[in-house]
Amino acid sequence: MALTGIQIFKLLPKTNCGECGVPTCLAFAMNLAAAKAELASCPYISEESKTLLSEASAPPIRPVVIGSGENVVKIGGETVLFRHEKTFVNKPGVALLISDTMPADEVDERIKRFNLLKYEWIGLVLRAELIAVRNESGDTGKFEALVKKIMDGSDAALILMSESADALKAALQVSAQRVPLIYAATDGNTDAMVALAKEYKCPLVAKAANLDELTALTDKIGAAGIKDIVLDGGARTVRGAFEEQVFVRRAALIQKNRSLGFSTIAFPCEMTKDPMKEALIAATLIAKYAGIIVLSDFQGESLFPLLVARLNIYTDPQRPMMMQQGIYPIGNPNEDSPVLITTNFALTYFIVSGEIEASRVPSWLMVMDTEGLSVLTAWAAGKFVGDAIGQFVKKSGITEKVKQRKIVIPGFVAAVSGDLEEELGPEWEVRIGPREAAHLAPFLKQGV
Amino acid sequence: MPFAIPKTIYTGKIKEVVLGRGPKAITVGGETSYPFHLFEGEMPHPPRIALEVYDTPPDNWAEAALEPYRDVIGDPVAWAKKAAEVYGADLIALQLISTDPNGLNAPSDQATETAKKVAAAVEIPVIVNGSGSPDKDAELLRKVAEACDGMNLVISPVVEENYKQIGAGAIAYKHTVAANSPIDINLAKQLNILLGNLGVPDRQVIVDPTTGGLGYGIEYTYSVMERDRMAALTQQDERLQFPIICNMAKEVWKTKEAKAKTEDAPLLGDAARRGIIMEAMTATLLLLAGADVLVMRHPEAVRLVREMIKDFSA
Repeated sequence: MALTGIQIFKLLPKTNCGECGVPTCLAFAMNLAAAKAELASCPYISEESKTLLSEASAPPIRPVVIGSGENVVKIGGETVLFRHEKTFVNKPGVALLISDTMPADEVDERIKRFNLLKYEWIGLVLRAELIAVRNESGDTGKFEALVKKIMDGSDAALILMSESADALKAALQVSAQRVPLIYAATDGNTDAMVALAKEYKCPLVAKAANLDELTALTDKIGAAGIKDIVLDGGARTVRGAFEEQVFVRRAALIQKNRSLGFSTIAFPCEMTKDPMKEALIAATLIAKYAGIIVLSDFQGESLFPLLVARLNIYTDPQRPMMMQQGIYPIGNPNEDSPVLITTNFALTYFIVSGEIEASRVPSWLMVMDTEGLSVLTAWAAGKFVGDAIGQFVKKSGITEKVKQRKIVIPGFVAAVSGDLEEELGPEWEVRIGPREAAHLAPFLKQGV
Repeated sequence: MPFAIPKTIYTGKIKEVVLGRGPKAITVGGETSYPFHLFEGEMPHPPRIALEVYDTPPDNWAEAALEPYRDVIGDPVAWAKKAAEVYGADLIALQLISTDPNGLNAPSDQATETAKKVAAAVEIPVIVNGSGSPDKDAELLRKVAEACDGMNLVISPVVEENYKQIGAGAIAYKHTVAANSPIDINLAKQLNILLGNLGVPDRQVIVDPTTGGLGYGIEYTYSVMERDRMAALTQQDERLQFPIICNMAKEVWKTKEAKAKTEDAPLLGDAARRGIIMEAMTATLLLLAGADVLVMRHPEAVRLVREMIKDFSA
């Protein structure tokens, strides 16, 4: 349960020593409450207060890290049920299933697809992070060999799936430095799995048939000293999985239920045999709270939409996606091609560039930094007005790319054309484009 | 300790709205909980799916989207019949795109005639979409309302600039209006209030929040819809308790990712399946946010989304 600044203040030494960086204990307490300060900055806090405060300030859904090096997957740490209430923070990891009963060439193909299917999207790289390695053969040697092969062939963070503690131990011996997720502790094997998680310092999935049993299991695992837990409540139907995710998230955030205050793993790969439907179930689990989503296979046609959906849902609603300021060529423009300008709100750029592309008129699209505001909003905020646009155009280097001196501005800011012409000087002609991007194609086809 | 389901207390209910007339009329809305939260409320009418019909042959469509309709393109009546009878649409969404002043700019009388023929040719409810030009739609949709007197069409989009003209037509000739606002909960509410003040009965209003496709702004639509449902169901915001329609197919299929050919974008996989998945995934996310009616294009995407609706409710 989050404490208020005043409640925290009562537990502080009230010496106003200032060593934490702010002048008073009250100010420090307020910063703690707003998660803008760390408790460790106070050198004089009593042990008793420290225990009380760190328990109270522990996040309701424990963050867990899987993987090492460049490709680290952080899940959990969420604080809201609806993204508009603040934001979702840690994107669910997307995992590709590889079984040790698959033929070698199939395994190779899967590793290849895992490495290949990466997408550039507004300056980001969209990719899947995990491979779930399943010990279906029952053979320890095969499982260990497959884990090694995947480690050699990819940077994937790993989920090690086996019912055999011996097989898991063998796999952990070769992969512990990559911090894999162990799948899974159940009521029947808790002690053995807890021992592995402790020995190799890896997070552990707690798997049960329902949330009653799961609560008992995580309590048992927690009491044994394992803190990094990921939940599998056992549901393998669409409705069941959806409800399980909602129940767990609400339990953690609303009931402050520590036994379920963990991220989750979900298995669309076990909910349908239709790969297209599997993608839809995965999208559902992105919107509704899963921490890791395991897929039966990766194909571009389903993985790409899924990674985009994940990015969309996990975009901070308070911070617009932005493009980098600059001149973007669309369709191999030359020195006579039209020049258009718009703002750097990513959506604006997407729509405008998409329509220009659809028009098949090669063009230069100038994208001006308006701090991610759309055209009308940026204009209203005084960021997309004549003199500012003019200065940007003059410094942009566009005159090195084109001979012609006409620039098209969005129809919604027709009012700035006078100021812009003044700022740019007589050499330039300002043309007023359509108000809606959808009308760009006929506009461009007419000739600018 | 046994696990107790943490339930949300709802104080509101989405209004029920009947679309169309006769034996194939359908009712949408009526929810008393968040979408598919059936453990704590009801969803008496499952979300419905409209298939698009264009009044003029579409330009520059992806091959996969064109394929199911190739034999009926250019004949909106045949297209509508195929969508209803072969592909099992719950509704027809007639897109009178020919009237776009920035496109063909066809006269509204001609498009009205098309609307009349299509509405007469199918028994299922018909949504009639203008081009989105407020002035032209004011003229066009008023004529459509009159020509289809008493058929209870969904007249769309009705925006702040033209709600008076179109709203008056909907009252006089008994149609439902789709109140369209630009991805903003306050503007959505404002338009619903204006329509109420004008005298459009609540049972003739559904809300179109403006839909962004996957990768192209769906997160804005998604969150506006979630906020809308939260206000309607838990904060007793009576002016937001309307069913939601998402005119989504055109947003999905116009993107370059939905159109790219397999050979031009090998990492994006099979073009046909990609387009279908993008459409069905957009639909799935909108269902989770609260859509009551989805305007879709590809029959295979419809099949997948219907399965999801069934599975969510199973």
